[in-house]
Amino acid sequence: MTSAPPLNLLDEALGFLSGGGGGGGRMILVEDCVETTGAFILHHLLKRSLSPHSSDVVVFLSFAHPFSHYDRILRKMGCNLVMQRDNKRLLFFDMLMLDRLDRDKGKTSADLLLALYGKVQKAVEVCSSPVDTRRITIIIDDVSLMEVDANGSTNLVLDFLHYCCSLTAQFGCSLITLNHDDVYSTMDRPTLLLQLEYLADVVIKVEPLVTGPATDVHGQLTVLNKGLQDGPGKSRNKVNNFQFRIKDSFVEYFYPGNRS
Amino acid sequence: MAEWICRTLRDGGLEGEHAPALTINDTISTSPLGSFVFDHILSHLSSFILSQKSQSKGIVLVAMSRSPLYYEQLLKSKGFDIASSSAWFKVLDCYTDPLGWKSKLMESGSIWNLSPGSSVTVNLCKNVKDLDELWSSILELGKEYSADGKGRFVVAIDSVSEMLRHTPVSSVTALLSNLRSHEENTIITCLILEILCSPETTNSRGCRVQLTPNLLPEASRSGEAPTIQPVDEQRVNSERRGKFRVRVKRRNGRVRMMFEELYVEKSGIKFMPVSSKDEIIAQSLVPKVQFNLELSEKERNDRAKVVLPFEHQGNGKNVEIYDGRKSQSEGKDEMQDTSVEKAKNEFHVSRNVGHELELLQDKNNLKKRADDDKDKDEDL
Repeated sequence: MTSAPPLNLLDEALGFLSGGGGGGGRMILVEDCVETTGAFILHHLLKRSLSPHSSDVVVFLSFAHPFSHYDRILRKMGCNLVMQRDNKRLLFFDMLMLDRLDRDKGKTSADLLLALYGKVQKAVEVCSSPVDTRRITIIIDDVSLMEVDANGSTNLVLDFLHYCCSLTAQFGCSLITLNHDDVYSTMDRPTLLLQLEYLADVVIKVEPLVTGPATDVHGQLTVLNKGLQDGPGKSRNKVNNFQFRIKDSFVEYFYPGNRS
Repeated sequence: MAEWICRTLRDGGLEGEHAPALTINDTISTSPLGSFVFDHILSHLSSFILSQKSQSKGIVLVAMSRSPLYYEQLLKSKGFDIASSSAWFKVLDCYTDPLGWKSKLMESGSIWNLSPGSSVTVNLCKNVKDLDELWSSILELGKEYSADGKGRFVVAIDSVSEMLRHTPVSSVTALLSNLRSHEENTIITCLILEILCSPETTNSRGCRVQLTPNLLPEASRSGEAPTIQPVDEQRVNSERRGKFRVRVKRRNGRVRMMFEELYVEKSGIKFMPVSSKDEIIAQSLVPKVQFNLELSEKERNDRAKVVLPFEHQGNGKNVEIYDGRKSQSEGKDEMQDTSVEKAKNEFHVSRNVGHELELLQDKNNLKKRADDDKDKDEDL
């Protein structure tokens, strides 16, 4: 077994430990916008969960892209998703395909999401055992497209997410979701966005630079970690701000002016 | 003030009156603080009940937004014995399976595990949309606290916002109203996320409660620009503070507002009067902006000397109109006297010093003053 990957600023902000532990049993929400996508954070967390030094499992619900898309990106980052899928460490649900097939059978959005939840919980139950200490991470890419699949029913999406969240308490698994902030920019009270922010233990905001586009800085990250637990009723907040630059095979994180 | 709220809730309601109710309004920016206040009050009420200081025999917690496991850990961390907690603490679990999805999946054999994994007494609610069922479940759990089923008990709902997502406002309001008017209930403690409800929703419940603490983010944060900077301790600390505003509705209809500051520390939540730093700052500002409504002795004497325009009229003397300047004849005489006197003094001083230059300068000044006495408009 190889040594744990080194921690970068994002890992530290999320509360991961240098030994590879930390960060279990909570919900992480990534909010991005058209100018600056937050997909790279999902890729980073996916790679981290599937790293060779751990035996963690990922349940990936993709409403946005097919498997091949993630496989190409992660391959460049040094992670073979096909192999991980064969080893049962990655359970990939391609909702683009599943949804289409099931709708042909006349199922409603509620039926689809209920059935999908059944599959997720079954996968979690199979992977978790009292003797095994491996952690399970559920990743949803992305919530706004899930809402589209649910025929615009915000409540249905929130019900689904609530059930996924209940798994974090029941099985100690993590939930990571991506949502697009600017999709709701015209709404007065974006219920979905606000509810997600309330549910999340960690909120990561991916934004463009205030000063405009730059060649060597691609955007800024704000990580609000609400769930630094010192025990029940004793948690505290921590806010981290830093900038990033996306490269082909990795992402650089640095404080403003500290880029080497 | 938080202690006062706990005591009010502990004492309960009088015979034939509605039970005292507490609503905690929270916003996204203060969202963990609202939950901390809820936990704080819940654990205080628990200790009151355990020490038999309260009217109530036990607590029925309606868990909407947190798992029963969380509350079990909360009680453990506060030093309560979980093994004997069923005598005074019961949870109506609306978190694990609020819509019955898990039960359906279990029936079809898709999943196997439904247990929330908590060792406190838990009753599962599988349909939060049915408020009648919820109401009867709460009463059932509450009646278990006393043998005759007539003892008082506390009802705590951990998120009304979550309830409002499934049911209309009118139904939720009706449930809360019924709970308050029921003779066996003492208190309702509920958490409302203000930002998630429409203003009408909050108001509709606001009129039915007696105590409404609002949590406000720290004032210094409100105007903060979203700048990028490395994390610093000051910023971290500022996230752990908030203002605690309590609106109390008295029986006679009087509404009272109270403020306090709250801090979340490692040892737990702490309430402080709004004083310390803010008051010191206010005190240091006081002398700079001071003004008196009452005049001093000197100011009163000065005011008495002011000649008003209607004085000296009709007393046989010349009519004097006081407009801020003295009358010309009097003014001229006085001016000449003072000029000569001043010139003498200045000459005297200069001669004593022995500088001819100064004497010359004084003479020039004298001439200049005489020029000044001429009408300025004469040149025009």
